[in-house]
Amino acid sequence: MPSNSPTRKESNEITAPETTRGGTYYTPRTDIYETEDEIVLSCDMPGVKPQDLDVRFERGELSLHGKVAPRGPSGAFLQQEYGIGDFYRSFSIQPEIDVEKISAEFRNGVLTVRLPKQERIKPRKIAVKAG
Amino acid sequence: MTSLMRWEPFRELHREMRRLQREMDRIFGRWGVELPTVGVPFAAAYPPVNVWEDEEYVYAEAELPGVSMDNLEITVTGTNQLTIKGERKQTAPEKAEWHRRERAFGAFERLVELPVTVDPAKVEARLDNGVLTIKMAKTAEAKPRKIVVKTE
Repeated sequence: MPSNSPTRKESNEITAPETTRGGTYYTPRTDIYETEDEIVLSCDMPGVKPQDLDVRFERGELSLHGKVAPRGPSGAFLQQEYGIGDFYRSFSIQPEIDVEKISAEFRNGVLTVRLPKQERIKPRKIAVKAG
Repeated sequence: MTSLMRWEPFRELHREMRRLQREMDRIFGRWGVELPTVGVPFAAAYPPVNVWEDEEYVYAEAELPGVSMDNLEITVTGTNQLTIKGERKQTAPEKAEWHRRERAFGAFERLVELPVTVDPAKVEARLDNGVLTIKMAKTAEAKPRKIVVKTE
């Protein structure tokens, strides 16, 4: 698969810091769109409990981490078509974001993060003093 | 020396089908085809399904983020045919500038042939944080039987 294809539950080849416990990280499938006011990011993270989500915005980088509790059989699967593990992905956000107003919501396994853009610096009229 | 075994032609067939599926996945990637980066369609076999069992039940699990129970229909027919049918609805506005579109939307239908027979009247389904789990009670003949060994 070429690198520009979405890699959902595919690999570990992201630049997430390694954990002490090891294990597989999955790259969640993500949609991102931009409107005049905000950037909205929707991310598929099935099996994550809301309290096990860690959403951070730091120095222009948004990182999303969802811990997934083990589930399934105690022994072997009869049929296994996907793997189970934590989700991790991070994005560098281009426009200037109003950090205080970032909000996140988790519903039916989908994480939605809203990043409102900063109010544009309004043109100011500068008074010129006469000498 | 001879040994008696229960003849389970479907289990055998099922195993063979899975082996073939794995081989195909290895060659073509797990989605069968390469996904485009814009307007992703659902893969032919969506959603992927995991199946396991214990003595009493067979469990099928699928990851269905963004799908609500109202948009899901689960049926068991012919004692071993499980169908998961549903729709994932797009919630993003039409008018937006897209940076990435990796998530698929629309209707899907998946048929799973179970390796053991189940009672269609005893099927329970739950949806937790985007994970669908279907618990199906095995029929009496599909359950392992404990044979009491008499000793003199």
